[in-house]
Amino acid sequence: MTERSTKHATFTIERTFAAPPPRVFAAYADAKSKARWFVGPEGWEKSNLKLDFKVGGRESVSGGPPGGPVHYYNAIYQDIVPDERIVLTYEMHMDKTRISVSLGTTEFNPAGTGTRLVYTEQAVFLDGYDDAGSREQGTRGLFDQLARFMEMQ
Amino acid sequence: MTIRNAKHATFTIERVYPAAPARVFAAWSDKEAKTAWAYCHEEWPVSEHVFDFREGGREHLVTGPAGGTRHVFDAVYHDIVPDQRIVYAYDMHLGERRISVSLTTIEFFAVAGGTRLVFTEQGVFFDGYDDIAGREEGTRIGLDNLDRQLRQQRAA
Amino acid sequence: MLNYQAPLDLAFQALADPTRRVMVERLSQGPASVSELARPLDMTLSAVVQHLAVLEASGLVRSQKVGRVRTCRIEPTALHSAERWISERRASWERRLDRLGAFLAETEPTAKPRRKK
Repeated sequence: MTERSTKHATFTIERTFAAPPPRVFAAYADAKSKARWFVGPEGWEKSNLKLDFKVGGRESVSGGPPGGPVHYYNAIYQDIVPDERIVLTYEMHMDKTRISVSLGTTEFNPAGTGTRLVYTEQAVFLDGYDDAGSREQGTRGLFDQLARFMEMQ
Repeated sequence: MTIRNAKHATFTIERVYPAAPARVFAAWSDKEAKTAWAYCHEEWPVSEHVFDFREGGREHLVTGPAGGTRHVFDAVYHDIVPDQRIVYAYDMHLGERRISVSLTTIEFFAVAGGTRLVFTEQGVFFDGYDDIAGREEGTRIGLDNLDRQLRQQRAA
Repeated sequence: MLNYQAPLDLAFQALADPTRRVMVERLSQGPASVSELARPLDMTLSAVVQHLAVLEASGLVRSQKVGRVRTCRIEPTALHSAERWISERRASWERRLDRLGAFLAETEPTAKPRRKK
């Protein structure tokens, strides 16, 4: 029997945007906008983002280095409060193996005329395939991409 | 002005049972068995129960005092490794209001003489509205709720 | 966010004990002196005082001595709904996992049939 293990981790990332909450929220809610910043690193092959932005709706995208393992992201939206909060649970697979399940909470807090975005991830990493450090790093990269996207709006 | 706050917390509970992992796991994977220990002795009767134990399957449970607020539990199974692990996500509603979303991991480890079960819950709780004008009213209601919950726990 | 663990652990401890639940229930109806709290409880006054110390440490209860009388009251803002929810979830699962143990014992294949209580 395969040796099974889990590691639970929580991390929080905060970013400030000049745009008010409804505009930052729109970058999440609109499939075309989200596909512009919610992407893997440069050079990765990627699939199209599928997004059904509603409670119970699903989101999926995949990608990976050419010739390398394919990373699959599959999410279910658990709670949406327009312009204020998004909660989802998502799984990551590498090829056919599930490597993690996570609960992600994104809060859009007004900060003056802008937004203080707070993202909290509570994850369970499965069977030693991933760890909190690289997931957090990768997620910070996504927020850098979101920041660049917001600047272009 | 409404202020919304999401609060995050994680807790872990462990037990050792003198039963093989397959039997302990079966108590979670079989609807009748699970109902016998998880739901039968709770404070309120179960009015709806859907149980589809497979990856992607769901569990749906409605309880609550007769004529009172509906407590609704909705889970989706994310990961199932037979006799070893279950991971599910669930949300809870009180009436129409979603009050929390959590990720639950249950692990079954074979140990000498039985099974070590490790239960971990990682949750986000929505404080909901914290209307400044209504704070006193909220405190009074909070105490009423606390009072009622304590009575029910004592009666259990 | 992670600072939550300490107040949660204290609140959980406070609510997990049946005697303390009885005390909190009484206080949620109004303030009481220590001897009033102790009256319905079948234990020594010093045991009651120890329970009270746990309740005060958790922030659920406040007390104040005026003359020779110590009056206790519920601290209304202490137990926010988030802490209460988490403490209740944990307490609820502790109970359920205990019942799982009983269920496994009752359904043990090699055991002689026993009368359920």
